[in-house]
Amino acid sequence: MTYGSETTEYATLVLEPPDRLRNSADRLRLVIQLEGVTKHYPRSNRPSVEDMNVFIDKGEFVFFIGPTGAGKSTIIKLLLREEIPDKGKITVGDTDVTRLRRWKTPAYRRSIGCVFQDFRLLPNRTAAENVAFALEVIGKPKSVARRVVPEVLELVGLGGKEHRYPHELSGGEQQRVAVARAFVNRPLLLLADEPTGNLDPDTSIEIMRLLDRISRTGTTILMVTHDSNIVNQMRRRVIEIENGQIVRDQARGVYG
Amino acid sequence: MRAKYVMSEVFLGLWRNISMTVAMIITMAVSLTMLGAGLLLYNQVDVIEEYYQTNLEVVVYLDRDIDQATTDQLQADLEASGYAEQVVFESKDKAYERFKDTFEESEDLVNSVDAEVLPAAFRIKMKDINDAPKLIADFQEREGVYQVTNQRDILQQVFDILGGAQRLTLIVALVQGVAALMLVANTIQVAAYSRRREVAIMKLVGAPNWFVQAPFVLEAVFAGVIGAIFAFATLIAAKFLVIDGQFKDLFSLMPPISMQSILLLLPILTGISALISAVTAWITLRFNIKV
Repeated sequence: MTYGSETTEYATLVLEPPDRLRNSADRLRLVIQLEGVTKHYPRSNRPSVEDMNVFIDKGEFVFFIGPTGAGKSTIIKLLLREEIPDKGKITVGDTDVTRLRRWKTPAYRRSIGCVFQDFRLLPNRTAAENVAFALEVIGKPKSVARRVVPEVLELVGLGGKEHRYPHELSGGEQQRVAVARAFVNRPLLLLADEPTGNLDPDTSIEIMRLLDRISRTGTTILMVTHDSNIVNQMRRRVIEIENGQIVRDQARGVYG
Repeated sequence: MRAKYVMSEVFLGLWRNISMTVAMIITMAVSLTMLGAGLLLYNQVDVIEEYYQTNLEVVVYLDRDIDQATTDQLQADLEASGYAEQVVFESKDKAYERFKDTFEESEDLVNSVDAEVLPAAFRIKMKDINDAPKLIADFQEREGVYQVTNQRDILQQVFDILGGAQRLTLIVALVQGVAALMLVANTIQVAAYSRRREVAIMKLVGAPNWFVQAPFVLEAVFAGVIGAIFAFATLIAAKFLVIDGQFKDLFSLMPPISMQSILLLLPILTGISALISAVTAWITLRFNIKV
């Protein structure tokens, strides 16, 4: 598949990162700090992470790239505290994730939004109900959901499709619902694991525009991707990983 | 709001897995019925013991050719022994009267026994029935004493039978209980697997652990409570149909099992069942749904 004809489309995506990030004096606090993080899986060949150091500011938009098995998803798991590192320290916002008590994990995860390649929507719930579910399970009253959900769906461009079920929506629309669900709690950090992996190029652009808008509200976005065109056109910070180690960390980088 | 969600998940979960749910309820019901029966028997042994304890006597049968002086001496010694609360002399005639009363329905037996054959006796009401062996030891070998019997020894056999029945029911209850708990664990695993999608999403958006686990635990508790209710109904039916019905005569030997003690089993069985089911489900979840 060639992307030549879509270059102009991507061109509109080249958005300057917010100015404040370039001025170190005005730098906002760090959202993610990985210090010497090491994670091995001695009994399986899941990708490991070696002595990784990453610092990400509030509001940054960061691409994680690298071949399959490089350890990108392991980092996502570590950030979600699905896994605990063998060594090193992970801090997200004010939380020392490596020392987080197990029972405090759910509360911690509320400060993180997640989007995946396979959308992960509940099939028997409408778009609005899927988004409301994220509020429901953390005990927000229904009145809040009634007010906030239409707003967020409007924001992601799904106004008027609130009552559709996932199977009645296109892939792009389903991913919008997922983004809405991830964003509805106004998270500090949004993790996107190949969010465009299942989408066609046009739809991918739309999702990227959406993520860009969300990024501009001050939400830090960490996106794992294999889509070189998106990375090249967005020109944001790129962290390339190979064999569990960072081989490149470049502001306004390209896919390579 | 959240409670409504949890409840709808509970019933959906039970319904989706209906055959396992039914198996779980049946096994639980059998186990709890046995447990209930065991508890009733345990209670019954106490009741019987109490019932007879006050009426138990030690009987000193006298030789047929005993003379009056020896009889009087024995009576005086029995009264002086310190164990007896009351010593009643029963002459041969009285013994024959009692014999006729006891077996009034079997005329042939009564007719075949000569009034002279039955020995006179002292019927002794003890201050403490546990002292009976001492009294027996003291008087067994006395001149003019034919035999000393402790009614408690006879009753002991009844207790042994009841005790055996009780152990049996408790063993069956235990075995069935283990099976029931394994079914609970299995049902919860299946339920957790069939809802892994929802569970994954819930964990992702930061649902508290209790909220993720509640539907599963409540499923087990619900099945446990239903099982307990079935067990309770079975016990009630057993009382009316078996104990008060077909085998009325057999059970008339012992004091009746009161309705009250059966009613008391409802909260006990329900409580035990709900608690154990919940704990089993929760432990199963700790291995299946990791945060």
